[in-house]
Amino acid sequence: MQQLWLIPLLPLAGFALNGLFGRRFSKTVINAIAVGSVLLAFLWVLKSLNSLGAFSGGGLEVPHVEHYFTWIQSGVLNISVDFAVDRLTAVMLLIVTGIGTLIHIYAVGYMAHESGYYRFFAYLNLFMFFMLTLVLAQNFLLLFVGWEGVGLCSYLLIGFYFSEKFATDAGNKAFIVNRIGDFGFSLAIFLIAIHFGSLDFGSVFSQAKNLPIETSPGWITAIALLLLVGATGKSAQIPLYVWLPDAMAGPTPVSALIHAATMVTAGVYMVARSSSIFLHSPMALEIVTIIGIATAFFAATIGLVQNDIKKVFAYSTVSQLGYMFVGLGTGAFSAGIFHVMTHAFFKALLFLGAGSVIHALSGEQDLRQMGGLARKIPITCVVLLCASLAIAGVPGTSGYFSKDLILESAYQYAPWIYWVGVLTAGMTAFYVFRAFFMAFTGEYRGNKHPHESPFVMWGPLAVLAALSLGGGFINIPKYLEPMFPLSEGTLPGFVALTPAVFGFAGIGLAYILYVLAPGLPESIANAFRPVYTLLYNKYFVDEAYDSAVVNPTIDGSRSLLWRTIDAGAIDGTVNGVGKTARSIGGVLRHLQSGYIRSYAGWVVAGAILVVIVMGLKGVM
Amino acid sequence: MPEISLPQSVPLTWYLILSAILFTLGVAGFLFRRNVITVFMSIELMLNAVNLSFVTFSYKYKQVDGHIFSFFVMVVAAAEAAVGLAIILTIFKNRQTLEIDEVSSLKN
Repeated sequence: MQQLWLIPLLPLAGFALNGLFGRRFSKTVINAIAVGSVLLAFLWVLKSLNSLGAFSGGGLEVPHVEHYFTWIQSGVLNISVDFAVDRLTAVMLLIVTGIGTLIHIYAVGYMAHESGYYRFFAYLNLFMFFMLTLVLAQNFLLLFVGWEGVGLCSYLLIGFYFSEKFATDAGNKAFIVNRIGDFGFSLAIFLIAIHFGSLDFGSVFSQAKNLPIETSPGWITAIALLLLVGATGKSAQIPLYVWLPDAMAGPTPVSALIHAATMVTAGVYMVARSSSIFLHSPMALEIVTIIGIATAFFAATIGLVQNDIKKVFAYSTVSQLGYMFVGLGTGAFSAGIFHVMTHAFFKALLFLGAGSVIHALSGEQDLRQMGGLARKIPITCVVLLCASLAIAGVPGTSGYFSKDLILESAYQYAPWIYWVGVLTAGMTAFYVFRAFFMAFTGEYRGNKHPHESPFVMWGPLAVLAALSLGGGFINIPKYLEPMFPLSEGTLPGFVALTPAVFGFAGIGLAYILYVLAPGLPESIANAFRPVYTLLYNKYFVDEAYDSAVVNPTIDGSRSLLWRTIDAGAIDGTVNGVGKTARSIGGVLRHLQSGYIRSYAGWVVAGAILVVIVMGLKGVM
Repeated sequence: MPEISLPQSVPLTWYLILSAILFTLGVAGFLFRRNVITVFMSIELMLNAVNLSFVTFSYKYKQVDGHIFSFFVMVVAAAEAAVGLAIILTIFKNRQTLEIDEVSSLKN
C-alpha cells in the first residue's frame, strides 16, 4: 500500500478548512493551506511513484491497485472504491499536481486584490480533489464522480465573479453543455455494465481485449461513441466546444488550470484509458479523428481574428485539444497523452502570461489596447515568447515533439488529415504570434500604467517556461510503450519537416502583418469582409445553437410546459378540485342550521328511511 | 333448570309496542320541546325504550346479550347525564337561557 488516498484527500482537507473557516483566516493562512495542501499532494505523488519504481526502467508496467472498500453491490455488479497507478496515471498525476502547484502559487499573487479570496482557493482545492480522483479511479463510476466533480468546480469558478451577468451565464453554459456530454458518458457506463458485467478497468479491458474487432457497428462501437460524446463535452470538441471560449469569464488562473491544462484534457485521458474499447471499433476511431481534425482546424480559423487575448488562447486550447483527439483517433494514444503534457506546460504558461499582462494592465484584455509592453513587463514578455515558440512548434521546443508525433501518426492514417493538421499548425503559429506582437511590440495604445508582476507570479512562469522549452525531451511515448505500442515503419522525410516550416511561415507572416506593416491586416480584413465577419463571429455557431436548440427549448418550456401543462393542466386540476369542493360545500352548508332540533329531525328522517328500505328489501 | 317463560297473558308484541310508543314519545319530545332539560329527559326516555326492547328480546330468545346491552346503555346514560347536565349548567351560566334554539352559534 502506498496510501494513494492521501493524494486527493490532501486538497480536500484544504478545501474543507478554507471553505468552512476561510472567512476568518488571514490571507497568509489561506495561502498556506491552499498551496500547502496541493504541494503536499505533489510531494506525496513523487514519493509514491518513487517507491513504486515509476522513475526506474521497468517500474509500473503492471498497474498498482489499492482497494479501499466496496461502494455498491447489486447482483453481479460490484463497484468498489479503488485507486490505481499505472504509467498513464503516473503521467497525469505529475501533470495535475505539478502544474496545479505552480498555478496555486501564481494565484496567490494574481488574486491578491480580489474579494472572495478564500472562496477562490477553496474551489481550486476542491477541483484538485476531484481531478485527482478522476485520474486515480480504477473504475468507470469513480472516474465519473471525479468527472462530474471537476465539472462542478469549473462551473463554480467560471461564475466566480457572480455579480457579473456574463460570468454566471458562461458558468451556466458550461454546466449545461457538459450535461449533454455527461448524458452520453453515463449511457456508455450503463452499456459497459450490461455487456461486461463490471465497471472495473482491469476486468473490462481484459475482456475487451479478447473481443473481435467490429467491422460493422455493434455495441462496442456504441459504447465507444457514447464515451466520445462525453469526451467532446468535457474536452470541448465539435459540436460541444462552445462553452470553453465563454469559460474565460473566470479568473485567469482558473482558465490556466482547469480550462487549459487539466480538466479539459480529462476527455483525452478517458479515451486513452479506454483505448482497448476504442481499438475494437475502427469506425469510432475514425469519428474521433474526424472530430479532432475538424475541431483543430475550425477553432484555429476563429482564433485568427479574435481581439481578446484570453479568447485567442481559448480557441487555441480548443484547437490543440483537437490535435490530441487526432492523435487518439489515429491510434497514437501515447502521442495524444504526450501532447496533453506539453500542452499543459505551454498553454498554462500562455494563460498565466496573459494573466500577468492583464494584471499589469489592471484588467485590460483587449489586444488593441496593448502594444509595446516588451519594455514595460520584460519578464512576462520573455516567458510568453517561450510559450508561443512552443505552441508554434519551433523545433526543439516541447510542442514540436508532441505535435510532430501526432501528425506523423495522422500521415500514416490518411495524408489529408496530415495536411489539414499542418495547415492548422501554421495558423496556430500565426495567431499566437499575432497576439504576441500586438501585445508586446510597437507603441503602447492603452491608457493604463503597466507594472511588472511580483515574483510570486513570475516565479511559476519561469518554471513553466523552462518546461515549455525543454519538456519535449521527456520521452512520454517511450515511457507509455508498454501500454500503447509505438507504430513501426518509416515515413518520408518531409513529414517531420513540413509542420516546422509552416510554423515558421506563420510566425513570419504574423511578423510582417503586425510589426513591419501594421496597416495591412486592416486592409486584408476589408478585402475579405464576409470571411472576416464569419470568423470574427465564430461561424455564428452560438447564434445557430441559440435558434436551433436554446430558443425552441425556452419557448417550448414557456408556452407548452409552463402555460399549457403547468398552469393549464396541473394547476387547473388542483384548483378545479378545490373549486368543486367549495361549491358542493356551498350547497351543503345550508344543512348546518345550528338548530339541534333540525339535526335531530334529519337523524329521524334518516332512521325512518333506513327502516323503510329494510322493510322493502327484507332484513338480511 | 326449569324453563323460564314470559307470562302467557302478556304477549311479546305488547312489550314491543310499549317500547315503540315510549321511543316515539322521546323523539317527539326531542323534536318539539324547546327547553333543554325536557329535551334531555326525552333522550333518557328513548334510551329506556330501547332498553325495554333489549330485555324483551333477551327473554324471548333466552340469550343474556340483551341484558348486558341494557346495562351498558344504563352506564352510558349515567355518564351522559353527568356530562349533559354539566353542559346545560354551563349554557345557562353563559347565556341565561335554556331555549335550545338560542344556542345556534355553529350555524353554517
